[in-house]
Amino acid sequence: MRLAEHQYRSVSAIRGPLLFLEKVFAARLGELVRIDAPDGRTLTGEVLKIFGDQVLIQVFGGTQGLDTKRTSVNFSDAVMRAPLGAGVLGRVFDGSFRPIDDLPMFIPEFRQPVIGAPINPVARAHPEEFIETGFSTIDGLNTLVKGQKLPIFTCAGLPAREMTEQLLHQARLPDGGPFVLVFVALGLTHFEYQFYRQTLENMQSRFVAFVNLADDPVVERLLAPRLALTVAEDLAFRQEMDVLVIITDMTNYCDALREISTAREELPGRRGYPGHMYSDLASLYERAGRIHGRKGSVTLLPTVTMPEDDITHPIPDLTGYITEGQLVLSRELHQKGIYPPIDVLPSLSRLMQHGIGKGQTRSDHRDLSNQLYRTYAKGCDLRRLEAVVGRDGMLAEDRKLLDFADRFEADFVHQGSKRRTIDETLDTAQALLDDFREVAR
Amino acid sequence: MNGTVTSISGATVCVDLLDLKIGDRVFVGTSHLTGEVVRIDDKIATVQVFEENRGLGIGEPVTTAGGPLTVALGPGLLGGIFDGLQRPLPLLLENGGDFVSSGQNPFPIDRKKIWAVTTNKKSGDHLHSGEAFAKVREGHIEHLLLMPQDGTLQQLEEGRLTLENPVATLADKQPLYGWHSWPVRKARPYQSKLPPTRPLVTGQRCLDFLFPLLKGGVAMVPGGFGTGKTVLEQTIAKFADVDVVVYVGCGERGNEMAGLLDEFGELEDPRTKRPLKERTIIVANTSNMPVAARESSIFTAVTMAEYYRDMGLDVLFLADSLSRWAEALREISSALEEMPGEDGYPTYLGSRLSGFIERAGVVKTLSGGQGSLSMILAVSPPGADFAEPVTQACLRVSGALYMLDTQLAHRRHFPAINWTQSFSLYSDTAMAHFVEEHEEWAKLQARCRDILQREDALREVAEVVGMEGLQDGDRLLMRTAEKIRLDFLCQNSFTEDAFAAPKSTIESITTLVAEHDQLSAALANGALLDDLLKEAAHAPR
Repeated sequence: MRLAEHQYRSVSAIRGPLLFLEKVFAARLGELVRIDAPDGRTLTGEVLKIFGDQVLIQVFGGTQGLDTKRTSVNFSDAVMRAPLGAGVLGRVFDGSFRPIDDLPMFIPEFRQPVIGAPINPVARAHPEEFIETGFSTIDGLNTLVKGQKLPIFTCAGLPAREMTEQLLHQARLPDGGPFVLVFVALGLTHFEYQFYRQTLENMQSRFVAFVNLADDPVVERLLAPRLALTVAEDLAFRQEMDVLVIITDMTNYCDALREISTAREELPGRRGYPGHMYSDLASLYERAGRIHGRKGSVTLLPTVTMPEDDITHPIPDLTGYITEGQLVLSRELHQKGIYPPIDVLPSLSRLMQHGIGKGQTRSDHRDLSNQLYRTYAKGCDLRRLEAVVGRDGMLAEDRKLLDFADRFEADFVHQGSKRRTIDETLDTAQALLDDFREVAR
Repeated sequence: MNGTVTSISGATVCVDLLDLKIGDRVFVGTSHLTGEVVRIDDKIATVQVFEENRGLGIGEPVTTAGGPLTVALGPGLLGGIFDGLQRPLPLLLENGGDFVSSGQNPFPIDRKKIWAVTTNKKSGDHLHSGEAFAKVREGHIEHLLLMPQDGTLQQLEEGRLTLENPVATLADKQPLYGWHSWPVRKARPYQSKLPPTRPLVTGQRCLDFLFPLLKGGVAMVPGGFGTGKTVLEQTIAKFADVDVVVYVGCGERGNEMAGLLDEFGELEDPRTKRPLKERTIIVANTSNMPVAARESSIFTAVTMAEYYRDMGLDVLFLADSLSRWAEALREISSALEEMPGEDGYPTYLGSRLSGFIERAGVVKTLSGGQGSLSMILAVSPPGADFAEPVTQACLRVSGALYMLDTQLAHRRHFPAINWTQSFSLYSDTAMAHFVEEHEEWAKLQARCRDILQREDALREVAEVVGMEGLQDGDRLLMRTAEKIRLDFLCQNSFTEDAFAAPKSTIESITTLVAEHDQLSAALANGALLDDLLKEAAHAPR
């Protein structure tokens, strides 16, 4: 512990968002620094590496205007912490936790390191309480439960934005209990962000937003989700609220990670993304969860845009290995005018088994969902056959299965902007299966 | 001996502590973080820190533990839940709260628990390392207390003892406790390795019937995300016919670990009727716990597995997933700025992996018994590309491949084991055993493979001419194949069907094949398939 604040003017090099400092005494890894720029701006940064008395600093905010002569760096002797408290609700912040809603900063009750400690696996409560999203394909077939992390894999041009916006205002607990949304925008264009603004304004104090736009500093793109998750953990585990964290778009996050990693001269891994991307993503995603004996929960719904529609691209691939399932949007369904265009076959919610059925949703839920899956998968298989031999060359039963696949997409998957309760979802499923009793199994 | 931290880059820390050896354990900084020496240059040692080290500063003190990373071996391990450094997670929870913080090093096993120690050895007996000098009852097993080194017993205690009370004294006055420590990266010794001969029944029809595993064998389970690696491994962990299961989650999802812990707490072992967790050791290093501890986790776990093997028991080691372990290896290698090999993995990936996998096998133990250590290793190839280095490196040293198929998983066919591309080199040996109990096993297996194979060929034809265009005999075959796939190879892990004994497996397949033969015979007599199927549908079940 140092008693006095240390100040240095020994910047030796500046490369991208990185600052090299010399002759530093007793720096700490992850230590927060304040940087006074020659033009009077104040920036913050974090210690990334220390070699003897040389220190490498990652600067939050742009390094433009910094020089080696007049820039001074002040060491704080503390790691980066997020301000926390009830005042955070209803507010919009940037990627460095500065308010951007024209209101003064709230008065924090205390501060927590933004790098959350991992939840002890023994302390974790298994997620098993249903969250209603209002989308049939999610609630009925890929049920989201409290404490789960379930990403949306989308392709450029698909209406992930509309879905996210709908999720913001329609997600709720079945008992209507208190539910808070933490919205994290990463690298969004102004045009995209406009889209969410109105929704956020209508939510009053039920949300917190962290917004890093496409022209905001890249380093803050890495910081914003950590701040948001620290806030979410506090709301959940100290203030006992159920929190849904929506992050869009993780592809922008990963690209920022690659950019910074290259600046740090790290060895690139697959497609130039850093070798530690799995661990880095895990340090975010794994913060979702529930804890035995505590009331709240953190549920995570990140959006990932698959580059070139490729689910094996490192970003969706690594995400899939950490999260508990995925919701996959399909270009084909979108072309057919189906909304939300969720392709249920590659979609999966690993934790739904405990969150459905009697006491959670409805006792017939598991049965209905299994039947829908099986019958639809058969119908989709037959579509390939149909393409070769034509409908006329097929058995009557097979033609019926093809009809089922079409009706499933039109009646069950497609719901437009209308919200369906879980009962409405299951009733729709039942009605559909009743019409196709002879082929559904 | 004391030194200080001279530089820090992530988990890689340089210290100016002299006289260290590669692999030595050191304690770094004022918060006493555990680390391991990975490189020594002249006067500077490079240490890999196993815990979150943000806040660590230059000039903070470093001390050596005087030896390599070890685990404590003794009664009380069964039922335990540890992290990658064998720290007991329930105790960390009790002492440190719901989140795991750095710098805690409690003793891994309960030292206050009283054990009833019995022995048939006496003062003056000379025993070799690995021989049992006493035993205690730990749940369903007889836990042998093994000599950590050669020695002559001088004084022996029996009766109610804790791990803090010496059980014996050696001739050189050294006390002998009920536990000892062992370096994790050093395989425990044995007299000789024996060829595996006995089947390991997993309760999965697809595996036991088509691709059986042997006790002492190694199987790898590669599959992209969502193909059900974790569920398959956990189901096998619950039902496999072994004495002890060591399950290591290296870089696994916390929520899935939590699910496993919950279930193991509730379920009972179908054979012994005791709580399942009593035969299980879980090592949980979830994906956001420190990378270096993830790397060590499989060694920590396998050392505990070998320890129980050395008592003459059958032990099953399950890892989920080895790819996450390899990622940890890659991250550490990259932090050390080593020259990378294929896909950025270090060039020693293959040798490190085979060194680890070769710790499996059937052995004649040092105390003269026979124990086995089997391994089932999940691999998560990026982008489900099986040509990648980790899958290929594993493939070279494993005896069975259970390939999980994304297409099957999308169809909710679980376990999504691809029956055309999976294989088991243990098939013939296992068959010899199964045939003793069920003589038609081999014949039925061949029939089953044949039907599935012919279905594949027919499906291509059907795609051209349509089902309508197929002959009745071929349509029947496709129908039977579908039944084999859906009613036999599919197995729901969340129902009673999760475990199938060999007897019920053979019964199900016998019924399916018999029905096929019966309908074939009717077709041969001129009946029409559609009529036959209508009858079959209306026949009482």
